[in-house]
Formats: sequence, structure tokens, C-alpha cells
Amino acid sequence: MPGADKETDLTERIEAFLADLKRGGSGTGPLRGSGEMARETTYLLRRITAQARWSSAGDLMEIIRNEGRRMTAAQPSETTVGNMVRRVLKIIREEYARSRGSSEETEQQESLHKLLTAGELSEENFRQHFVHLKANVIEAINELLTELDGTTDNIAMQALEHIHSNEVIMTVGRSRTVEAFLKDAARKRKFHVIVAECAPFCQGHEMATGLSKVGIETTVIADAAIFAVMSRVNKVIIGTQTVLANGGLRAVNGTHSVALAARHHSTPLIICAPMFKLSPQVFTTIFYPFPGSFSYCLPVLREILSKVNVHCPVFDYVPPELITLFISNIGGNAPSYIYRLMSELYHPEDHKL
Amino acid sequence: SGLGMFSTIICGFLSPLVVKRLPEHVQVDDPAVVKRLAKKLERQQIPLRSDYGYKVSLFSHLHQYSRKAPLTQLLSIPSTVIHPSIVRLGLQYSQGIVAGSNARSVALLHAFKQVIRDYTTPPNEELSRDLVNKLKPYISFLNQCRPLSASMGNAIKYIKKEISNIPSQCKEEEAKTKLLKCIDRYIEEKIVLAAKAISKYAIEKISDGDVILVYGCSSLVNHILCEAFEKSRKFRVIVVDSRPRLEGREALRRLVQRGISCTYVLISALSYILPEVSKVFLGAHALLANGYVMSRVGTSQIALVARTFNVPVLVCCETYKFCERVQTDSFVSNELDDPDDLMVTRKGKTQLENWQDVSSLGLLNLVYDVTPPDFVDLVITDLGMIPCTSVPVVLRVKNLDQ
Repeated sequence: MPGADKETDLTERIEAFLADLKRGGSGTGPLRGSGEMARETTYLLRRITAQARWSSAGDLMEIIRNEGRRMTAAQPSETTVGNMVRRVLKIIREEYARSRGSSEETEQQESLHKLLTAGELSEENFRQHFVHLKANVIEAINELLTELDGTTDNIAMQALEHIHSNEVIMTVGRSRTVEAFLKDAARKRKFHVIVAECAPFCQGHEMATGLSKVGIETTVIADAAIFAVMSRVNKVIIGTQTVLANGGLRAVNGTHSVALAARHHSTPLIICAPMFKLSPQVFTTIFYPFPGSFSYCLPVLREILSKVNVHCPVFDYVPPELITLFISNIGGNAPSYIYRLMSELYHPEDHKL
Repeated sequence: SGLGMFSTIICGFLSPLVVKRLPEHVQVDDPAVVKRLAKKLERQQIPLRSDYGYKVSLFSHLHQYSRKAPLTQLLSIPSTVIHPSIVRLGLQYSQGIVAGSNARSVALLHAFKQVIRDYTTPPNEELSRDLVNKLKPYISFLNQCRPLSASMGNAIKYIKKEISNIPSQCKEEEAKTKLLKCIDRYIEEKIVLAAKAISKYAIEKISDGDVILVYGCSSLVNHILCEAFEKSRKFRVIVVDSRPRLEGREALRRLVQRGISCTYVLISALSYILPEVSKVFLGAHALLANGYVMSRVGTSQIALVARTFNVPVLVCCETYKFCERVQTDSFVSNELDDPDDLMVTRKGKTQLENWQDVSSLGLLNLVYDVTPPDFVDLVITDLGMIPCTSVPVVLRVKNLDQ
């Protein structure tokens, strides 16, 4: 039966995706980079919408929510997966509301009345069946995919507004977004980039070779020299793994020291982050030590390894007070505005999947 | 009579008005200075070491040497000009076998002792003047191998002074024994006993249950921690390390051998580990006259982040490392190490393998940085516990003593 085939095919795809997620976090598993992760998640969600069996929006949202929970459990450190699930849920809600014909304004306005009567309203919604809902949702997801494809270019387009000539820019580790940003600015302006190598994985080296290939004057420094050279740096431009709900960051290890050094020298700290990295989570103290990373920390001293604790955290939390500007595909924003952007992207009920 | 007192005070202020010139290894961008240095080295028959690799423009005034091209390759061995123990010492410096300011000073003083033992005054020459002249090419040679540290500079000044103070009627054997005893006393007083005194003060600051953070490998800080452990203080240590030198591994080995419980992190994990820390102990390479602490690169970062987390920062430094220089940033006077050290192989690939071929790529391997005095809470010296800003007072007291 064609229906059963489609279902098994779908389940296989979902299981394969979950296995990929479990195998590695961003940058190391087969799904490299959060951009690709977001795209793969959205493809999968589109497929679920197209092939799974559902009759009303509520069913579809339940299916997607379940799959979303499984996906975030497979790799908790990869927040883009959860973000895409929430975006799709918001899309479904919007399309449902549009099909019902109710004006969007009354849906979105938060009033005291709505707060008090919120419980009953959400229960009876999403049970009506609409013929064109599936097509509409799939079309909206396609729009989301187009947006995802264009994020890096949108961010890179803004580069000339932020970089003037003869600047010294510092960056940390490797970020594809920042690389595209700097390469775009280098087409018209001459400036100097200092890359901190970001031990123990030293992704900064890759970034430096990439930048120097297009003719940007690049210098690689060790992490320890960040404060020493910061006094000559005009701007610090970095990428991040996640943008948290309060405007803070969960970024690669060592970013907090960079942010503190930048604040001490009053150097602006600019974050290039696409909108799909915005997550409704707030700061938790769970850092995800990367398996196999300890071997980089202690290459030689095997005889004392058993008597020593080694820590190798992967992420750092940077509070929003240290950040000057977020550059995303929809423009530049201050960290204090992030909560507002979040309310546009995700529905409050979806914050907890 | 009041006016007379006033004028003597002014004279007291005006007398030490000698402006120190910048040492020659920090003026590489001035061609006249480079030519003068080359001429001086030629006169002393010491080969000139050439710079290696592309230098970052901010540091074009400093030398950058490669470890793979030691100065001794350009010398004829055995050298007639330079004493063999000095040649060996220079090689040990340039290859990083002897590292750390105390170790370098002690090695230098021992080498000079050997030089003095083997020295014979030529006829019609006075020992006090000839020996000093003999030492000059050795110092240039060592400077070419690796720029002198502040502690080495102070030690050399002391030796030169002692040699020139030898009375002319003193017999050679007597003079040599006197000089050897002076050097031994210098090492004993300024390094060994100073370490004991500093440990005594520092142990008062370590309480039971402390979590102490140290950076890299400072012989003095390791000594303090081992002494505190002997005196049965209960504490644990977090060793912070950084690429490319990874000196923390040596400190880790020494501490673990004594039985101290240790944790090891890289400097990028600093914000993660600092909430657990109760005190930070740092060593210093030199203390500058404006209160800045010159130490291994990364120290200022640790002091900054510790200040943010409100963790006290204590710097331990012997007084012989106090320096009359002033500096406000890490650019003007620093040392550039071999840039090839930054290369690393991860997952079988060396990203920066052919960095020389790419014209717009530079590698920067700084050795020192300066920490502003507002990040440092206390400096523990053999004269006591002082704030960072009291360094010129100590220098003045030392000058008056001498």
C-alpha cells in the first residue's frame, strides 16, 4: 500500500536524522554547521507535513512536537533543531488562523482578558479541518527554507556598513557567517584581521587560511594573547552557537574572556548571528564537554593523568551587558531588543516543546 | 636655614635624572640602530642572527627568530672568542631548554662563575677593567640567542659593579675567590632566601579549603604551594595552561608528584572554572616602575577575568626582578618567539603548514604581556607584602642601599 510505504519511508528518514544528530554536535558530525542543521530539520519537517497522516492542525502540531522532542533529546547542545521545530509550529498556527479567517491582530494581542481566559481558548482551537491547510503550510515552510538559504548573504550584505578602512578586527575561532561577512567587506575595503586560534580544536587556523586566501591581512594569535593585543583592536566581530532569550550568548569556549577584554578597552563587540540561532532558552549551567576532547588537553603526561581532573568545556555564556550589537539577516539589533524578535518568531506556548 | 633644607631636597630629586635608552633589540625598525648593532657584533666577532618569517606590522620593531636556526650554527666551534660554557648557555636559551626567569638568571650566574674561574689577567691589564670588557661580547652573544630578561639584566649589572669595585692591588686569586663568593651570595640572598621569605608571607594567605588558581609554570609559585602543602594546609590547585608553550604541564607534574590534588584547564576555559576559585597566585617576569606586572602572555587575561569574578589576585615576585623601565602596553617592548610554534596538527591536518607562502598571513607568538596594577590586589616580595604601586619606592630604597 502506498500509504504504508510512505510512512515507513518517513520513519526511516526520521531515524536516520536522529542517528546523525546523536553522532555529533555541530561541526564534527556529518551535519556540519548550524545552517545545514537548520535546513535539514526544516526539510524533514516539510516531509512530515507532506507524508504523515493528520486531519487537523492540532494533530499535525502534536506529531511535530513529538518528533521535535525526540530530536532535541538526541542532541541537546544543538539548539537550531528545536528552533526550527518552533518556527514550523508557529507557521502552522498562523496558517490555521488565516484559514479560519480570524484577524491575526486579535490572536496576537496580549491583553489581561486573554491572559485570564487563555486556558480554554487554546483547547478548542486547531480541531477544524481545512482542505488547503496542508498546501498552505508546505508553502510557508518553503518560504522559511528560502529565508534560511539567504541568511548568510543577507548578513554579509551589511558588512560595508560596519567596517571602515584600515580597521583592526578581532575574531575568535571559526564562524562561516563571520567569514562571509569579512570577505564581503574585503571586496571594497582594506583592513586587518586578528584571529584567536581557540584551543584545543584550533578552528581559528582554518578561518585564518580562508581569510588570507582572499587577500585579507590576517594574523593568528594564541588565546593567551587576546588581552595583550586588544588595545589595538577597533572591533570584535564573532559568531555564536546560540542567541539566548535574554540577549546573551552561548558561544564557543573563550568568548567570555574576549567579551570582558573588549569591555575593558571599550571596544564594540558585534555578533553576526542568523535568526534561526535565536532560542527561547535562558542560560543554564550545563556545559557539554565534548567526548574525545580531553586527549587534546593532555598530550604527553600519561602517568599523572589518573591523578588529575581535566576540564574541557565546549561553550561559554556571555551576558547581554557585554554585547554591543547583533547583526542578523533582518538587520542590526541591540541585545535589549532580542526578546521582541523572539515573540515574533515563536509562539509562547511552544517555548517548552 | 629653611631655604637651605629646601635646596638640598631639590638636589636630591634632580640627581637621578639619567634617561635610560631603549635597548637595541627593541629598535629593529630603525636602520641606523641595526647598522650600529651589526658593527658592534662584528667587532666582537659574534655572528648576527637574522629574522625569520613575516613579522606582523605592529611588531616590526622587534626581532623574530626561528628555533631551527640557532646562532651557534654560524659560529666556528670551538670558538676563540666566546667561552664554551657561554656557548652552551646560549644554545640552551635559544632552544628553550632553560626557561623561566629564575632558572635563566641562575644558569647565567653559574656560567659566569666558570668564566671567572678560567680567567687569567693578561699582562699590563687590570682585572677590574679587563674582565668587564671580556664579559661584553658574551652578553651580546646571549642577547642574540635570546633577549635578556629583566632579572638577568639586574644580575649582570650587579656582577659588573662587583668586578669594577675590585681594588687594583688585589691579587688575581684573591679577586677571583671574592667574585665567586659574591655571586654565590647573590644567588643565595636574592633567589633562594627570597623564595623562603616569600613562601612564609604567602602561606599566611592560604587557608584551609582554598581553591588556588595558578598559570603556567612559575618556580616561585610552585615552591610556595609545595611549602604550604608541607605545612599541612588543605587546598587544591587549578593549573591553567595555554598554547603554544604548554608550560602548565610541567607545573602540573611537579605539584602532582608532591601529592597536591590538581585540575588542569586551558586558558579558554577560564570563565568556566573561575567561579570555583578562591585565590589566584601569579608569578612575574619583572615588575615595572609604574606598577605594571610583566609576565607570561595570558597573565593579564587571567587577572582581568579574576577581577570580574571578584577573586583576589596575588603576584609573587622577588625584589631582584624589579625594573626601572615603564611600559603601558604589551607592544612597545616584548619578545617574539618562533612563529612556527603556533602550527598544530589536528585530525591529521596541519592547517597552517604553508603559512610562509601566503603573503597576507602572519603568525604572532608573543612571550610577555603587561598587567595593569588595578587588576592586582597584592604583590608578595621578600621585603614584605606591598601594593603594585609601591615598586618605585622599593627601587629607591634598593638604590640607596647600594
